[in-house]
Amino acid sequence: MSLAELICPAGTPAALRTAVDAGADAVYCGFQDATNARNFPGLNFTPDELAEAVAYAHARGTKLLLALNTYPPAGKVDLWRQAADTGARLGVDSFIVADMGVADYIARTYPGIRLHLSVQAAASSPEAIRYYCENFGVKRVVLPRILTIPEIRQIRREIPCEIETFIFGNHGLMVEGRCSLTNYLTGQSTNMDGVCSPASDVEYVRDADGSMSSQLAGFTIDRFGPEEKTGYPTICKGRYAAPHRPEGYYAFEEPISLNLSRLLPDLIEAGVHAFKIEGRQRSKSYVRGVVRAFRAAVDDIKAGREANIADLIALTEGQKQTQGAFETKKWR
Amino acid sequence: MAVKTMTKLTLGPIAYHWSADARRDFYARIADEAPVDEVYLGEVICSKRAPFHEADLPATIERLERAGKRVILSTLAEVMLKRERKATEDIAEMDSAEIEVNNAAGLFARGKRPHRIGPFMNAYNEATIAWMAGQGATHVCLPAEMPAPAIAAAARAAGALGLGVEVQVYGRASLAVSARCYHARAHGRTKDNCQFVCEEDSDGMPLRTRDDRPILRVNGIQTLSESYIDLLPEAACLIADGVTHLRLMPQAVDMVAVAQVFRDVLDGHVPTGEADAHLAMLSGHAGLSNGFYHGTAGYRRIAAAAPA
Repeated sequence: MSLAELICPAGTPAALRTAVDAGADAVYCGFQDATNARNFPGLNFTPDELAEAVAYAHARGTKLLLALNTYPPAGKVDLWRQAADTGARLGVDSFIVADMGVADYIARTYPGIRLHLSVQAAASSPEAIRYYCENFGVKRVVLPRILTIPEIRQIRREIPCEIETFIFGNHGLMVEGRCSLTNYLTGQSTNMDGVCSPASDVEYVRDADGSMSSQLAGFTIDRFGPEEKTGYPTICKGRYAAPHRPEGYYAFEEPISLNLSRLLPDLIEAGVHAFKIEGRQRSKSYVRGVVRAFRAAVDDIKAGREANIADLIALTEGQKQTQGAFETKKWR
Repeated sequence: MAVKTMTKLTLGPIAYHWSADARRDFYARIADEAPVDEVYLGEVICSKRAPFHEADLPATIERLERAGKRVILSTLAEVMLKRERKATEDIAEMDSAEIEVNNAAGLFARGKRPHRIGPFMNAYNEATIAWMAGQGATHVCLPAEMPAPAIAAAARAAGALGLGVEVQVYGRASLAVSARCYHARAHGRTKDNCQFVCEEDSDGMPLRTRDDRPILRVNGIQTLSESYIDLLPEAACLIADGVTHLRLMPQAVDMVAVAQVFRDVLDGHVPTGEADAHLAMLSGHAGLSNGFYHGTAGYRRIAAAAPA
């Protein structure tokens, strides 16, 4: 059986302590700059905070993974190298990387620190994963959320490293690390700046008929009737009109959460080593609830007991859930 | 001008599902009439489409090469299924062909044999480009979203390593790819039973916001910009910064005429302002944009600082 480690989000020092206390096997976090893919205002760590976080986590047997998973634009590579230097000095357990230049630097400079391949690298075949393993000594790949369980099982047989999969949280629809939608509308890049549909560009506008438009940089991403709940204007979760769909429809995906709690036993059996919970932008209480529930479920499964799935389902109560690609390729 | 005439004009791979007939006609005209130096061929977006036109590939290559064009075969951007892995490996194993790799699976198969780096490979910086050059890359096409200072820094580094440097200067920008087919979804189908409905939209399926503003284009698993990138006014700066190849992406417009406009400016035959007005006319209803280059929202059109 696999280790079934629980990898939990830590957007702030407080969330990190909460995740550690709630039973995370590892927490992942980033610095307050473009070097990670959740470069949101009010999130992430200063070097001093990270030093304290490493001490807190390690004192409780929890690993700390540092996300350096964006793509430095030419001329700014030093920022990523300095972040790696700082992380190494502070004793992080792994770096989560996507850019080949960043991976190469860390592999050469800090060969003793584990490299994890971020979902932002979009390695979705055994060959792509092996490329990173053989060239940079990658020890674990975070798989894109686009594969079915039989496909994961097959990949597992053909690669020399561990597998981490997302099990819960925001359900990204585009291949990560290959999406410039936000930059097209706002001028801030997901790959280079770590920004996705940024709050600074969001506006909610009440229309004359009582409906509400949620806008990003002046573009109407969705429109909600007076009775509808207004949603955040994430570009890939908006409603648009197409020639065959003049009424407007979710062209890419509905605003929906990924919840693979029912599939946990199958994922363990398929050889997944680590389960990742998305949500560095989430609150402390959210992190506490989700981590506790998954901790209990994973422990139950490992002990051969039936997991209490109801608690996990309740976490997203009132919200639509999906098992996405993991359950069936009809999702595609 | 001597420097400018060294600059190569390239035609990127067709992103859309054009019929075999349409492709044959298109490349026949390109071979006979378009002043492009290099042409990228092959299916980059959807592996299901390849059987429709791959039988024509040898004849197309021959036709273009006879016309003096250099031909490069591009590999898939997304590699997940068995047939996609096989298609990528088949191209990577062709020792005689020049190839452009768009997925790390292709890099794995190609090993240290010479190859070009495609725009889906995320070669954003000098460290990555140096790594790739050490693995056999001879040429790199930068991501479409890169701003001017980063392009200049990347081009300088790549040039010092002897690599060709390419930037897309015309056509819709690829903004995202997905495992899901959005063309099929719009028609209530899935990728496996899509019935190739993407063939209906030779320039992508338009999406409009709910207040009726054009925003994006869908092309199967790919999402494209509504506007066409137009870096004709910026071409001189790109070349001065070390970009050696300018890429035109095929759209459902008169691409021979588009190529001619770029060639005329590169050769100094037509002033940029006049040429750009002509390009806007050739581009029909599509808006033109250069926001990415200028470090702002990609859809924006930033006026040139001074007339060329």
